[in-house]
Amino acid sequence: MIVGVLALQGDVAEHERALERVGVSARRIRVPADLEGISALVLPGGESTTILMMIDSSDLRAPLTAWIAEGRPTLGTCAGLVLLADRVIDGRSDQVSLGGLGVTVQRNGFGRQRFSFEAPVSAPTLGADFDGVFIRAPRIIDVDAGTEVLGSLLEGDSAEPVLVQRGALLGCAFHPELSRDDRLHQRLVGLV
Amino acid sequence: MTNTPDSDQIRSRGTFRVKRGLADMLRGGVIMDVVDAAQAKIAEDAGAVAVMALERVPADIRRDGGVARMSDPELIEGIQETVTIPVMAKARIGHFAEAQILASLEVDYIDESEVLTPADEAHHIDKWAFDVPFVCGATNLGEALRRISEGAAMIRSKGEAGTGNIVEAVRHLRSILGDIRKLTVADEPEIFTWAKELRAPYELVAEVAETGALPVPLFCAGGIATPADASLVLQLGAQAVFVGSGIFKSEDPAGRARAIVEATTHFEDPALLAKVSRGLGSAMKGQEIDSLETRLADRGW
Repeated sequence: MIVGVLALQGDVAEHERALERVGVSARRIRVPADLEGISALVLPGGESTTILMMIDSSDLRAPLTAWIAEGRPTLGTCAGLVLLADRVIDGRSDQVSLGGLGVTVQRNGFGRQRFSFEAPVSAPTLGADFDGVFIRAPRIIDVDAGTEVLGSLLEGDSAEPVLVQRGALLGCAFHPELSRDDRLHQRLVGLV
Repeated sequence: MTNTPDSDQIRSRGTFRVKRGLADMLRGGVIMDVVDAAQAKIAEDAGAVAVMALERVPADIRRDGGVARMSDPELIEGIQETVTIPVMAKARIGHFAEAQILASLEVDYIDESEVLTPADEAHHIDKWAFDVPFVCGATNLGEALRRISEGAAMIRSKGEAGTGNIVEAVRHLRSILGDIRKLTVADEPEIFTWAKELRAPYELVAEVAETGALPVPLFCAGGIATPADASLVLQLGAQAVFVGSGIFKSEDPAGRARAIVEATTHFEDPALLAKVSRGLGSAMKGQEIDSLETRLADRGW
């Protein structure tokens, strides 16, 4: 099985290593022809404004939008979550995401790099907590009916969603590829 | 996971993983030098992954001379208000007070940079003392590992800033990556000797020998002026590029910035590089290294 990693900018190599650890081949996606024959897709972390501009200039917007509309398995981490979100606030005014995941995200919602952090992510249906690494991370501020919350940051009595799924689309605000926790890549492959 | 009243109790900020993590997210991107909000806007519009705030671009520092310092905080705040991408800023080598000020402004990365006039001729900043991550320049593997031992979470090859001449960046990248390749085949006694000759901590040298890579991302700076320059250094093994004078000292900054961004993503595609290299107007004039009065890369210890 071949899983694509959108390789326009960002931490592509970490995702490739995670995919190899779960036993599938990774392929870098830079032009539309690269999408042919892949079974699932990873949208990595990086700068969402840059990645979206490169999606347009590399003629990838139409094929990626079609891919998501067809319900093909896709995992987006951090910037990848921004790309999948139906609604984005605090982005550039001309930033248009791919959409598909019924959430509103606030770009850099936790603040600048000084406020980047590590914290445990509670994901009871997936087993133990994730070591959540949040880097200028997007914040999920609204979740539509039909989108399931799989993981949260627990604080006092409140639980803030940071890992969501709708159909075959998985999005998380943190970086499992940096903490080398392969459960989401495994889940992605399982959705094929 | 317990219910704690204060998020600070469960959130660890400023960890090395978080510092290095931002460098990982910038890979495959272009970080552009800017002096004000207007230039920062052009950079973001062109697809920069981050901007670097500094008082004057290196070519102007060379031309005008004088002491080059940290930017005016007002200019940095103006840049932060204008763009949504990370904002980095330069501090002088050893000038931890400038770094403290930049940290209080919440810049996303601090560049302890040889492009500015050094403030300390023996000591670099203790970068472990900061929540904000640091990038430092290096000309060889020993210098890179010394900076990492002081807490740098990203290394950039220094090149020779403000020249528009790629030759020094290539020399530094080849030196760092070539020595890493040699280290991976060294036996144990040789690793001790490598540590001594590199003047770097044994533990870091042994780690590089084991993994075949620096413990932090390696970017390239100093002399990139064209899309082809970006492709060259990425093919040599740099993971992202810093472009300083090369953009705003060229005839068409917006067009050139955009072309270098395209070239950085598609660095292995010569046909695309040919396409984006067309009609950019003249690049910055550039300088021969032998004609320079000051070699910025010699700064740092």
